[in-house]
Amino acid sequence: MPEHDCLPSAPFDRRTFLTRSAAGFSAAWLTANWPAMVSAATHAHARAASPDPAKFEFFTAAEAAEVEAMSSRIIPTDETPGAKEAGVVYFIDRALVTFASDSQKTYREGLADVNALLSEKFPSVKKFSAASPEQQDAVLEALSNSKPNASSARRNRPNATGQPFFDTLRYHTIAGFLIAPDSDRRGNRDGVGWKVIGRDPEHMFQPPFGILDKDYPGWQPAGVEKK
Amino acid sequence: MTASRVQYQTSDEVDFVIIGSGAAGGILAKELSTNGFRVVVLEQGPYLHESDFSHDELKILQEDLLTNHPKLQPNTFRKTPDEKAKPQRALVYGRAVGGTSNHFTANFWRFHEIDFIERSKVGPIPGATFSDWPITYADLEPYYTKVEWEVGVSGLAGASPFDPPRSKPYPMPPLPVKSNGVLFERAARKLGLNPFPAPMAILSQPRAGRSACINCGFCLGFGCEVKAKSSSLASMIPIAEKTGRCEIRPNSYVHKIELDARGRAVGAVYFDEKKNVHLQKAKAVIVSANGAETPRLLLLSASKQFPNGLANSSGYVGKNLMLNSGGISLGLFDEQLNDYKGVAVSRILHDFYELDAQKVGFYGGGGLDARFDMTPINFAAGGGLPPDTPRWGKKFKDAIAHNFTRTVEIFSHGTSLPKEENSFSLDPELKDAWGLPALRMTYKDHADDIKLAKWLNEYGLQILDAAGAKKKWTYPIEEQQFAVHLLGTCRMGSDPKSSVIDSDHRTHDVKNVFLCDGSSFVTSGRGQPTMTIEALAFRAADRITALAKRGDINA
Repeated sequence: MPEHDCLPSAPFDRRTFLTRSAAGFSAAWLTANWPAMVSAATHAHARAASPDPAKFEFFTAAEAAEVEAMSSRIIPTDETPGAKEAGVVYFIDRALVTFASDSQKTYREGLADVNALLSEKFPSVKKFSAASPEQQDAVLEALSNSKPNASSARRNRPNATGQPFFDTLRYHTIAGFLIAPDSDRRGNRDGVGWKVIGRDPEHMFQPPFGILDKDYPGWQPAGVEKK
Repeated sequence: MTASRVQYQTSDEVDFVIIGSGAAGGILAKELSTNGFRVVVLEQGPYLHESDFSHDELKILQEDLLTNHPKLQPNTFRKTPDEKAKPQRALVYGRAVGGTSNHFTANFWRFHEIDFIERSKVGPIPGATFSDWPITYADLEPYYTKVEWEVGVSGLAGASPFDPPRSKPYPMPPLPVKSNGVLFERAARKLGLNPFPAPMAILSQPRAGRSACINCGFCLGFGCEVKAKSSSLASMIPIAEKTGRCEIRPNSYVHKIELDARGRAVGAVYFDEKKNVHLQKAKAVIVSANGAETPRLLLLSASKQFPNGLANSSGYVGKNLMLNSGGISLGLFDEQLNDYKGVAVSRILHDFYELDAQKVGFYGGGGLDARFDMTPINFAAGGGLPPDTPRWGKKFKDAIAHNFTRTVEIFSHGTSLPKEENSFSLDPELKDAWGLPALRMTYKDHADDIKLAKWLNEYGLQILDAAGAKKKWTYPIEEQQFAVHLLGTCRMGSDPKSSVIDSDHRTHDVKNVFLCDGSSFVTSGRGQPTMTIEALAFRAADRITALAKRGDINA
């Protein structure tokens, strides 16, 4: 499109161009990729629709109930879904036999630590899942040492293995809540985590994306905007 | 499709063996095979395709689908040469056919004229091995244009008053503006600056059988499923293979360049997937293995003739490492920006490309952009939230629910000064999964780099202020201990005593060994090195072709 090789002469041209190219590229993209896309989507859908296996691969049912109770305090259920609805415990269970197999010991020891903390603080309560939300938070507070967001949690860095139990559980809960729903990780069931953060589950978007680019008149050299 | 591809025997003496299939290796493979040469590309990683890519963040964050694997390839880190280095993940690079070009963010600015001649202009800087390049912007200009047209870059020529001269406009208009781009542009103009549409190596229109960007938002760290991102995998390697003269051989981990008695390279020695060792014979060897693995391979290739490592008579192999400095300021806005959609960056500015050292009190310069390149898990678990946000519980959930669509990063990126002691070398103790000495990184930013990063970060906060951010914060500027841009470790120069390669990318010491990747850099530029790596590769291919046609490579 050689007419766009130089600066657009007027905002209208630019807007026209954007509309035109938006329509153009989606059509071309569909032509080029539709069969692959359909097959990927069908595959993902089949996976999502397959009944949730009730079986755990790492946890016992009792352990799973405890982990679910803990992750439900990290991302609680309120007027919107939380870790429980997203199936985070299933995600963690699979994580511990796949990418996070290094953390198996961390979980086994961590569950024991939580029990110890619980009986120390609330001797009458037998297990974490049976405690009141306030009691559960008190235990997790003690477990986490209530560190503020550390600067070591830099962006785009993998979560290191060998971290304390609470940090590992926290990372796994977040990952299980927000993992791409069409992955086979068993997390973010029905995409509820993405719904909570406002992320549209589509993988293909067209502008406008947000509030500010909606009425953007197109780029103009400095000075042109001054009226 | 695979059936028609050429396959060479290791005993076939091909014209070139290229080590690495990334930004530089992919272009060299395409150019040299198109020019009629027989080429084998040895890539240590697997041959993945678009169907292997996905939006599963854990494949990227935890399973290293596209990158070097810390368990197989551990490394060590230390700040200064007098320390003992400790095992610590210190670098990431692409490890698959296409290399780092698969997963980069795709910011594709050209270097400016000043980047090549800055030492002459600025003078010496204490504590730095600051030097001019042996080539100028004018030498590289035709090749920048080639990158834009052949690899595929979207942008708007003439939009930045600071842009260097160009011989041709961009082949495609810029990608759609994002809300973060609009607020960045408005705020920057309020401050009297000159924001402009970001040049990106992502197609805004269908081109060369590849589709245009679908704005999925999974750029940084991810492979592009629709070939819109201009990786070597999507753009160059298919053309190289189509010549019928280029074989891409994945899972081939080169650990030695073999020499004959005359001190000429005869080929590359590598482990295949089953760890069997082979020698691929070739008339010449081109190493494009990245700024960490290229020097490592030369050091691993030490021999009686070259006891300090191949092509290392200068002692500069692995030294003068530069990472680019910079910082991140973040802002939270009331409006729903939805910046998770679309490519990472749509507006940038270069007003601070050359800061006045007399005024600011340090050497340096850089660019600023608005971006949002944090995918959901990264955002919530890593650095996307204000530092005073509770780490768990209802308030944490409320924060991720509210902020994900309303957060913007102002990203700054600038110069790193070269220092001789900043380097990649062989760790004396730690070994990788093949029993080879692991990479050891030594790095301590030059004091000016830290001052620059702080200055740019502060300016990022001013932009967020002018944009009306409801809340703003920055990452603290700390000495860097993690490398993404791997630059300068086999620098180009005309003096064999203070450089590793000449301006033809030929090593000063071995006539038929060439190096071309980030290691060739003399200065760091202002960030975003891949565009320049690729321009160098196109130019190197021309130079090497001319030498070969003259019979001046393996005579």
